[in-house]
Amino acid sequence: MTEMFVSYSLVAVYSAMGVYTLAFVLFAVDLARRSAASPADRLAATTEVRAASNAAVSTASGVAASGAASPVSGGTTSVLERETGRESDAAASGSKKGPRYLRAAMALIVLAWVLHVAAVIFRGVAAGRVPWANMFEFALTATAIIVGVFLVTQFWQDLRFLGVFISGFALVALGVSTTNFYVDVVPLPPALQSVWLIIHVFVATLGTGFFALGAGLSVVQLLKVRRDAGGLQRLGFLDTLPSAEKLENSAYRLNVIGFVFWTFTLIAGAIWAERAWGRYWGWDTKEVWTFIIWTLFAGYIHARATRGWRGSRSAWLAIIGFSAVIFNFTIVNLFFKGLHSYSGL
Amino acid sequence: MDSSRPSDHIDSADPQTIVQPTLGVVGYLRFFWRQLTSMRTALFLLLLLAVAAIPGSLVPQVSSDPNGVIQYRRNSPDVAAVLDALQVFTTYTSVWFSAIYLLLFVSLIGCVIPRAKHHFDALRARPPRTPAKLSRLDGFTTRESSADTAVIVDSAELLLRREGYRTERYSSTDRAAAGARGEPDSVSAERGYARETGNLVFHTALIGVLVAVGIGGGFGYSGQRVIVEGEAFSNNLANYDSFNPGRFFESSALEPYSIALDSFEVVYEQGNLSALGLALDFTAAVTTTTQGAQPQAAQIKVNEPLSIGQMQVYLLGNGYAPVVTVRDPDGTVVFSQPTACLPQDGNLTSICIIKVPDGLDKQIGMRGFLYPTTVALETGALTSNFPDLLNPTLTLEVYTGDLGLDNGTATSAYVINTDSLTQIAGREADAATIALTPGDSIELPNGLGSVELTAIPRFVSLDVHHDPSQLWVLVFSVLVVAGLLTSLYIPRRRVWVKVVANADGTHAIEYAGLARGEDPGLDAAVVAIAEKHSQALPIRLQS
Repeated sequence: MTEMFVSYSLVAVYSAMGVYTLAFVLFAVDLARRSAASPADRLAATTEVRAASNAAVSTASGVAASGAASPVSGGTTSVLERETGRESDAAASGSKKGPRYLRAAMALIVLAWVLHVAAVIFRGVAAGRVPWANMFEFALTATAIIVGVFLVTQFWQDLRFLGVFISGFALVALGVSTTNFYVDVVPLPPALQSVWLIIHVFVATLGTGFFALGAGLSVVQLLKVRRDAGGLQRLGFLDTLPSAEKLENSAYRLNVIGFVFWTFTLIAGAIWAERAWGRYWGWDTKEVWTFIIWTLFAGYIHARATRGWRGSRSAWLAIIGFSAVIFNFTIVNLFFKGLHSYSGL
Repeated sequence: MDSSRPSDHIDSADPQTIVQPTLGVVGYLRFFWRQLTSMRTALFLLLLLAVAAIPGSLVPQVSSDPNGVIQYRRNSPDVAAVLDALQVFTTYTSVWFSAIYLLLFVSLIGCVIPRAKHHFDALRARPPRTPAKLSRLDGFTTRESSADTAVIVDSAELLLRREGYRTERYSSTDRAAAGARGEPDSVSAERGYARETGNLVFHTALIGVLVAVGIGGGFGYSGQRVIVEGEAFSNNLANYDSFNPGRFFESSALEPYSIALDSFEVVYEQGNLSALGLALDFTAAVTTTTQGAQPQAAQIKVNEPLSIGQMQVYLLGNGYAPVVTVRDPDGTVVFSQPTACLPQDGNLTSICIIKVPDGLDKQIGMRGFLYPTTVALETGALTSNFPDLLNPTLTLEVYTGDLGLDNGTATSAYVINTDSLTQIAGREADAATIALTPGDSIELPNGLGSVELTAIPRFVSLDVHHDPSQLWVLVFSVLVVAGLLTSLYIPRRRVWVKVVANADGTHAIEYAGLARGEDPGLDAAVVAIAEKHSQALPIRLQS
């Protein structure tokens, strides 16, 4: 039985990787086509956007009234209007530019994610426990959650332009973990037999998902700032994306959610450590890095409120913070000695 | 905007031309205090703290990995000397790390106190006067109505109160006709005071965590003790194998109790080939006795510590402690006791050091390996391929000479220095290494006596902890999360509703808001209020 579910899981993982690859290509094609559009087209699109957002403001009252405490701000509404404006225009003229590829890419990434989630579930059934007890399983589940966070945030705001980053990230993570981290299903050692394994690790993963999206937005923000300053002539697609300020605001809101989850992870971990190891905090290498990440994002939140640090500087902090998360998962797990050595390798 | 915030906070007014008066001593003190409590300093200290924490993860720490430190010192003594001077082996209690977080907390306190005072005042103040020009503010929108000013203001106030705003009516004619109070024609409203409360709770709770951790570290203690099945341990300083007291610990703080290890059960994986021999469950069955009470049966498992009074007892390690009996040539028992052996791998191949200082003609020391499930490799060397006692063998190399136990220097029970000893059985001696299975008895060379493997009980290593403040750490941590959620997700905003008379006798109603802190939903909220309000107004048909 176990063998059977393990192989189902692996088949699903490899299928998901195949579909993620296709989604990645289509996301990239979409951006490339946006770049390829002549500057005049982009300008036209921008003016059209202005008109659309003006229209949006006048109809905003209707929108807001129907959804009482709608979290969508006026600013965000205009972003949404921009996309709809482009799409309806494209549909009307029959030219079917970017959005066609974008829609196909989104459909594919959803399909890949469904396969991916199936792989996670099969793995959990095979093991008879939560599928995140070693590095392979954790990478498998964490990437599924990161992609899941990406998909769910689309209901909040159109962040489809991050699809290249997210599908690429999922692809690399799955590739590395299936080839380098793979281990067979083994039962839980006594130290991991705790309800905190479910809570602590799951919330840490959720936090990672939000940090990943936030970092993606911050990278785009920095590119955008550079282009606005006259650089990056060849990355024309940047003109079709929200303004740097808007990107920064969205990144902040995602990172703040990540920070709340991370704070909870830290506390839940301390409670578990007290049960399992007899102390709630002992500066174990993994604890140190969790603390470093927490401090970096605390710094990021303060930077947002410090004059002279809003903008590119705080964006860099968010990117450094996410890099530390990745470092914590890979380098610290594999090469640092500590109590959190559950990689199974 | 907030006078209580640091001057470089994004919400504070932009600094105008800086006038630099000559600073006296007090002036400089004030200057440095302002620098320390500025946002920029707090940010710098936070990032510095993150960077300063890194070395402690690269170099083994005395607190979490003492053996790693010993090994590091042995492998690279020169680097270790430098690291020692920089206190890197004790990064998190080092002077420089402490300096950073203490400065950070001073900066934090310096920020929290004035803000708390300001917030306390704000909680009792009424919402501020309606600005003259609402059109410059966020979310500005207007609606038309033919209702009376009083009706409009009344319904606006009712609506805003229902939505959780604190409201105040103002009249725009107050100022124009000094003294003569005009009819109120606007409502000023503010909500989300909990945002700032949450922020203050968050930061104060962080101070609480730090203080509680400090108190716990000062008055708490932890001790380690190895107990073999069938043995007991009573809580007394002398009975610990190692003990780490806090700075203010007094030995009278040790509560009198004893723990006897009745049995220790381990379940190993036997079916799954990729996890063969993996321990699945550890259960230590113990009997505890506290002063003046009946002995009580209890159990200790990993993730399930045992609480006795103010203490927690944790199961941290285990292994085998073979009972070796040594007899003199006449057959009289001179040594018979269990010796805890240090496990070397997952299959519990363990190193055993046995010292017999008295009873025989010469002192003897024995060093050997215990193989719980013995298999012979092709080379003839033994190894263990399963951690349970399926086919145990104890091999011993025997030494004679001065064990160095009588000159008063402390020696570890787990180490034997063979430099000044003579091997009489083993690879370097004429007699072969002794190999025993349970029940075997073998003569020692040179007619010294005999050695017997009597039994192989298990041992557990227990950690006894007392931390008087850990519950407080938890309470403050929960407050940290609660404060964080409140301060990030409750929007603080002001909203104004103002009636302006049109030329035809109808009224234009202006709505606008002002964000205080991050508030991406402000515009939508103002629009929603305008919509609800204008719908709630009675419609008077034009005659």
